[in-house]
Amino acid sequence: MKKVYLSVIGFALMCRLNVHAQASQDTLPRNPSVSLYTPVEKDTTHNTGYSPRALHIDEINLVSSYYWQNGDHSPVTGGIGTEKVTDISNGIDLKLVWGDPNYKKNSLTMGFGYDHHTSASQAYINLSGASRKGGDRIYPSLDWTTENVKKGSSFGIGAYYSGEYNYKSTGLDLHFSQKTADKNGEFSAKLQAYFDQVTLIYPAELIPNTTTTSTGGTTVITTASGTQTVLSNGQVVENHHKNIPSSARNTYTASLGYSQIISPRLQVMFMVDGVAQNGYLGLPFHRVYFADSSKAVVEKLPSSRYKLPVGLRANYFLGDNVIIRTYYRYYIDSWGIKSNTAGLEIPLKVTPFFSISPFYRYYDQSAAKYFAAYGVHTPADEYYTSNYAYSQFQSHFMGVGIRLAPPKGVFGWQNLHDLELRYGHYTQTTDLVSSVVSLSLGFK
Amino acid sequence: MGCLLAATGLSSCVHVKEYQKNRINDAEMVLNNRKVEKNELNFESYREAASGANAGKTGGGCGCN
Repeated sequence: MKKVYLSVIGFALMCRLNVHAQASQDTLPRNPSVSLYTPVEKDTTHNTGYSPRALHIDEINLVSSYYWQNGDHSPVTGGIGTEKVTDISNGIDLKLVWGDPNYKKNSLTMGFGYDHHTSASQAYINLSGASRKGGDRIYPSLDWTTENVKKGSSFGIGAYYSGEYNYKSTGLDLHFSQKTADKNGEFSAKLQAYFDQVTLIYPAELIPNTTTTSTGGTTVITTASGTQTVLSNGQVVENHHKNIPSSARNTYTASLGYSQIISPRLQVMFMVDGVAQNGYLGLPFHRVYFADSSKAVVEKLPSSRYKLPVGLRANYFLGDNVIIRTYYRYYIDSWGIKSNTAGLEIPLKVTPFFSISPFYRYYDQSAAKYFAAYGVHTPADEYYTSNYAYSQFQSHFMGVGIRLAPPKGVFGWQNLHDLELRYGHYTQTTDLVSSVVSLSLGFK
Repeated sequence: MGCLLAATGLSSCVHVKEYQKNRINDAEMVLNNRKVEKNELNFESYREAASGANAGKTGGGCGCN
């Protein structure tokens, strides 16, 4: 809480300093930066800039990433063992917009994502390393938002689904925003709920290897990897997923935000989330090895968790060519984890349409009450995990991005409005290292 | 106390007119995450215990925390 107060005091001082700074400068733009804004027929009565339009495609965004990592603390093997992972992610968002003469601007955003990953540790769900290493995930989404341009308010609803072999998730959200009378501030609120199902795929050695039941001539053989049904006519039906039970995990989030333009060069945003989770919060194939025992057990975590992250962003336009983007977050949760995140990114505008953005992110966290390394927990512990995501560590993430947004389109292609390419390298003090390269294309 | 300080701070911000917002409206001044950061937020939520207050996920939707 002390850190929250310090953040607010800093914010207040920042505003005060800018009042004095603004008295002598920035009242007139000296070297106006180039704007990509295209004038349209506007509402001049209320100065909203609103122009009613028929249904049209406003923008299409494509984002692709390739991620790879290595480490030596996989939770699948009890906090030891390879953490090699590769992941290819591809997502597309299509935004449709239409307006009416009553200052209502509607947007419908449809998204679809597809990931494919390989994980060396996943193979060790079976002790022999024979489990499959790869997996796919799809995640469609839909959002409808209506904005009252005259009143500066918006309301929307969203739906989300994510499906992969061992995890299914359905999400819903409601969101609302309201600008202040002078249009320099905006309050936003969002309620989200995720209803997930965790398929209970346990380490192969921890479930009965084979059970056989017979009903009316049909024999069902249940193994560690699914079921095999032998029908009365002798036909064999394999099903590697159906009938493996699942357990619920629910997540409820209330998000509040307030953004404020402080001066023609500075704007800030304050964010807070209240998160409640309940249900099965571990993963069934994460092993834990107790002291003096070579036999694994499945990690055990409480069935509820409450999180409180508080964040502050401040972006400042320095001179004509440099932007300073900053971020800080303080986080605390009911499992005993406290964390700080600080980010700095400095886009340098080489030309008005081309920028280079080096960035750095620092992160630290304390350990959860329930974490211990391989062979440290004892059977007397009520909860136990050797997942290093809950250990004490610091991490550093740094890299560089470029952004191209020429007025005649990227590479002269008018519809390709902007291109972003970004590379980052991530290191944890747990010895986990990873890299990610991402490409974003925006079409209008 | 916090609310009082925030109210004091916000009340001292200057009124910025629309024609003064050419820098504020620059695409790189946006207060949200960049589009290209989307998958970075995902891997951070898998590898770290903290999440939220960044317009990203706060848990749910994947086998992460």
